[in-house]
Amino acid sequence: MALHLPSPRNTSPSMTLRPFFWRKLQNGLVQTFSIIALALAIGAMLWILGTIFSRGGEVLSWDFLTNSSKPYGVPGNGIANALLGTLMITVTAAVIAIPIALAAGIGLSEFAKQSRFANLMRFCINVMMGIPSILIGLFVYMLWVVPQKSFSGFAGALALAILMIPVITRTTEDMLRMVSDHLREAALALGCSRWEMIVQVVCKSARNGLVSGILLAVARVAGETAPLLFTALFADTWPRDFFTHPTANIPVLITETTTNSPFEAMHQVGWGAALVITLIVLIINIVAKTCFREQKR
Amino acid sequence: MKRIAFLDTTFRNVCLICAGVCGVLTLTLFLQLASASGEAWQTFGWGFLISTEWDPVTNVYGALPAIVGTLLTTGLALFIALSLAFVCALQIVDAPPVLSKILSYGIDLLAAIPSVIYGMWGLFILCPLLQEAFWLLEIDTNGFGLLAASLILALMILPYICAVMRDVLKMTPVLLKEAAMGAGCTTWECARDILLRHGAKELLGGVFIGLGRALGETMAVLFVVGNVIEIPGSLLEGCTTIAATLANNFAEADGLQQSVLFALGLILLLMAFGIQILAHCYLRKTAQKKGA
Repeated sequence: MALHLPSPRNTSPSMTLRPFFWRKLQNGLVQTFSIIALALAIGAMLWILGTIFSRGGEVLSWDFLTNSSKPYGVPGNGIANALLGTLMITVTAAVIAIPIALAAGIGLSEFAKQSRFANLMRFCINVMMGIPSILIGLFVYMLWVVPQKSFSGFAGALALAILMIPVITRTTEDMLRMVSDHLREAALALGCSRWEMIVQVVCKSARNGLVSGILLAVARVAGETAPLLFTALFADTWPRDFFTHPTANIPVLITETTTNSPFEAMHQVGWGAALVITLIVLIINIVAKTCFREQKR
Repeated sequence: MKRIAFLDTTFRNVCLICAGVCGVLTLTLFLQLASASGEAWQTFGWGFLISTEWDPVTNVYGALPAIVGTLLTTGLALFIALSLAFVCALQIVDAPPVLSKILSYGIDLLAAIPSVIYGMWGLFILCPLLQEAFWLLEIDTNGFGLLAASLILALMILPYICAVMRDVLKMTPVLLKEAAMGAGCTTWECARDILLRHGAKELLGGVFIGLGRALGETMAVLFVVGNVIEIPGSLLEGCTTIAATLANNFAEADGLQQSVLFALGLILLLMAFGIQILAHCYLRKTAQKKGA
């Protein structure tokens, strides 16, 4: 064994044996630790999902999905209004954010390129992506809720849109830059005008990447809670007045039923809602990652 | 031809204006928070940053407990997540391709779970578990506090850090690894002395990402941190973070307290901004070195 480590410093056999033993032991310990770490990470993921599925599965039923939410004690509690509200808020946010962000991505990758302006904007996008989402909630509160004198679903949608814009802009720019310049030159040589070239050739060839970027951004904001606390707030009613009144939504419903209520029945509603929102987010994620994956080059 | 030229310039201008939107938003956010928090700065001055008092009845506020809570939870979470993420990434890179794909997909799933779900899981599962575990050790605690918040945060930022580390470790030239093995390194020595040194710069990028995420996380922390506006004396005591304080108090606040909360928001924004600046300068420096 000692032959493994012929060290010039220690020549006695006992001294050459020990370091190797310690090194092996250390290696073994780290290997064990890393397997435990991996098991912890995967185990926690399974544990969280398992809890959500088992506890949420108990309450999930057709009635639960079609009844509106009610205060404690009223029978027939459900989450339909919150589900509809979340849908309206997320879709409105996407409608606001996607055109702006796509145009911004095109502008950065096709027009501004390496100019000073572009680099400054890239820095701003990085900063925006690092801003805690709750601050965006404060921002929209001052910008929209205070002047309008009312919490509203639209304010929530604005907050989510602001969260989405930098994410989509960044992926759009990255995806467009991956398109080879030969395609651009070929399109121009065929007589396309510049905007035809960009929309019909460059964007089309980067389509999968763009769609998956948008879907991932939507999935990311669909489960966001913090920015909705000061904007959309919550209501037990159906979202009839999207622009002028607080609008029900799933993330805030979960917060309301779990932290602000001591009753087991309300917690159950929370678990059901948690299952629904997790399913929605995971499904969008999986669709984005499998159906619209960029082909490996 | 004229129409085409017109379309082209319009398209170009619209795109460039949209590209400017992020810049405008960032600037307005800073100005907005600064102006809305003006009253708080005027009343308390710089002492606001180091005062520990928080009394809505007498309208005296200090930011120190929230700042310390934020730094402590973030620091602890980062420490836990970093050590786990590095060894996880090592295993994933070394595993056979199929297993490695499944494992990285599983860890990516952690990133997809909404933060409010983490909070709920922490509230109903993790905190009672901690309470019982410490009860066995005859330590009386309700489970909520610094430790629970850091654990949940660590779990949340682990996938982001792990993803970056995975990519970096995959990029390491095989030759380097083989040379290390050939010289008689154990797997761990190869990782520590070769992979870690070779990718140190890119690995630090992963640290910045995790740092930014942990700093501003609201919901998950809000559920488990205990929400006591005091500097925690031990791992098991309740505390608060800036984001949790905002979420807890903003709805009922008005006048001076609201202004104080905006001031806290400004502090948080400056912290996040500072991290971005650091990351930016750092990346620039490494890019220059690589170019040379």
